[in-house]
Parts: sequence; C-alpha cells; structure tokens
Amino acid sequence: MSTTSVDLESHGHASAHAGHIDDPHHQHHFTTMEQQFDTSKLGMWLFLATEVLLFGGLFVGFGMMQARYPREFVEAHTHLVRWQGSLNTVVLLVSSFTMVLAVQAAKKGIRTKQVLFLSLTIACACIFLVVKYFEYAHKYEEGWLPGRFYTYQHDSIPACHPKLSGPEAAAAAQGLTAAEAPCTNGYATFFSFYFMMTGLHGIHILGGIVVLTWMLLRARRGEFSAAYYTPVDLVGLYWHLVDLIWIYLFPLYYLIQ
Amino acid sequence: MSTHTESAAATSPAHEHEHGGTKVYAFTLLALLILTALTIIAAGIDFGQGNVVIALTIATIKGSLVVLFFMHLMWDKPVNRIIAMAGFLFLGIFLMFTLLDFSSRNNYLPANLRPVPGMPLAPGTAPAGEVLHANPEAAPEGGEKK
Repeated sequence: MSTTSVDLESHGHASAHAGHIDDPHHQHHFTTMEQQFDTSKLGMWLFLATEVLLFGGLFVGFGMMQARYPREFVEAHTHLVRWQGSLNTVVLLVSSFTMVLAVQAAKKGIRTKQVLFLSLTIACACIFLVVKYFEYAHKYEEGWLPGRFYTYQHDSIPACHPKLSGPEAAAAAQGLTAAEAPCTNGYATFFSFYFMMTGLHGIHILGGIVVLTWMLLRARRGEFSAAYYTPVDLVGLYWHLVDLIWIYLFPLYYLIQ
Repeated sequence: MSTHTESAAATSPAHEHEHGGTKVYAFTLLALLILTALTIIAAGIDFGQGNVVIALTIATIKGSLVVLFFMHLMWDKPVNRIIAMAGFLFLGIFLMFTLLDFSSRNNYLPANLRPVPGMPLAPGTAPAGEVLHANPEAAPEGGEKK
C-alpha cells in the first residue's frame, strides 16, 4: 500500500514529477503518464460532447413535433407506464453511484471493490434492459409502433395516415379546421421518437454493458492501480453520460402527460 | 450554467485524489433520488405550462449534479470543463434558433410546397375558417409527391 500512496501523490502533480516512464502502460509518444491520462480524458470529453449533440438533435426534433401535434403527443404520453420509467431512473442513478465507487476503488488499487462495484453496475444495467423489454413488448402488442407500423385502432379519432383511411372526410364531417383535426399521424410520430430515442439510449446501455464487462475482466486480473486506471475512469464518464441522457428522457416521456 | 463557472473559479484543478470520496458520492445519490421523487410528485400536480418548466429545471439540476460530482467536472482540468460546456452551449444555440424559426413560421412547410390537407399547422397560426374539403382521393397522394 505504501507504493500506492506514493503513486497517488505523484499523479496530481505533473510539473513536480517526471511521471512513470517505466510504467508498462506508458506509451512512448507521451512525455509523462500524467500527460497520457489527460490526453485520454480530453478525447473522452470530446466524444461525450458529440454524444450530447447527437441526442440533442433528437430532443430538438421531439420538441418540434410535440408543438406540431400537441394533443396527440399529450395523449400518447399516457400510454407510457410511469412507474416503469421511474424504476429505471432509480436503477440508473444507483448504477452511476456504483460506477463512481468502482472508479474510486480503481484509483486506490483495491481489486475486490473494483470487481464488486463493476458487477453491481452491470447488474443495474441489466435490470434497466429487462424493464425496457417489458415496456417494448407491451407497446408491440398494442400496436403503438413508429411511423407506418402504428396499428393501434382509436375509437374516436379519425386516422389520417394515408394507408389507414381518408382523414379529410372525417375531419370535414365534424366541421374541423386543419389545425383542429386530430389524427393518428401525431401518435405514430410520437412513437417514432419514443423508439428512436429510448432505443438509441438502450443501445448505449448495451454498449456500456460490453465495456463494463471488459473492465470487470481487467479489474479481476488486477490491472488497475493508482498509477494506471484510465480505462475505468473513461468508461465511468461514458456511463454517467448515459445516465445524464436518461435524466432528460425520463421527464420528457414519462412525466409530461 | 452559473454553477459551472462559479465552481471553476472557486476550486483549483489537479489534486484529483483529494476530492470526491464515498461520502460525497452518497450525498449526490441521495440528492438525485430526492429530486427524482420531487419531479414525479410535481408531475402529478397540474401547473399547466409550468409542468414542463418544473420537470426540465429539476432534470437540469440532476444533470448538473451528475456532471459535477460523478463525472468529477467540479475538480477537473479547465479544458475538460470548456469542452463539456461547449457541447451544451451548441445544443442551446441549436435549440434556440430552431425555436425562433418555429415560432415565426406560418406553418411547417417550406415556401415552395403547398399545405397538405390534414397536416396540422402551427398552433395559433392557422388561417381562421380554413375548413378542410372532403376530397380523400386527390389530397394525400398529391401532397406526398411534392
């Protein structure tokens, strides 16, 4: 443990120490391990910024469509099960907590805690996907599917998807204007966004499970210490971003009803 | 946004190992769970338009907690903070100009397209009394091809 604390000391002070030149993880094009770590982290943050913009585009699109089909969207929201979304929120928040503890354990070089907390994080990710499976299965059965796959039969609302039936006839029969006429296009659009955004997020969870498992295997071999824990740290950042995106997805989809 | 800059000024970078700690992370988690409960409760009460504002405000507070403490941006190097903030800044520009465009349009179609019957117009900007015509054959296909 004495060497560990020495490593911890030197890690924060790039200027004072030459770095771990003899560290097997040290790559020749970096002057110090400190510089190597900072470079990796910088690259990770750049990637995370592109992730924010990727999901950001979908959020903006969702906002546009919400304004275009306000009634349909509000009603479609009620088809999402609030407790399932809430449960998944809690699961992801807890997983973020276990992830940050895993990074801390890696920084201190405590192998058993790394294994424990990485396993807990993976378990939370799996719970999240199981809940997601039940949500998707229910929507599939009801026909609440994206775009032209939307087959749910509404009692009171005229269908305006070209493949379903003539919307204008129904709307005109009720004496409604274009802005007033409700139609299933709105519902189909809502579920397009729902599946696109939660699906893309789910793919990120799946990717997270893959890299977390990789980290778990490496942690079991005792690869991480105060001198070198960059991979766990970066996977941690990624995992927190996935949590961050869900923090916005949850109220926008499950709470605005 | 202001929390980011304040923390940037208050704390110096480096010395990463001196920050964080199980206690800090546990309190962060506790705060996140309380805020989650709060946003669920708030969603059950009808504030009209306020519901969206409350939900997004709480989400932003939660997001800031995650970014500052779990992602260590509170104690991270300034360059990482700049990149993170740049991401959100550009998202803000994207959102703002889209909303400006959105709110200044008569409808959602480009000027060279005619409105498709049955396609809803922007809320509040629909020409009054424009009742749709019962012509199910001509309208949707003609509209789609354009």
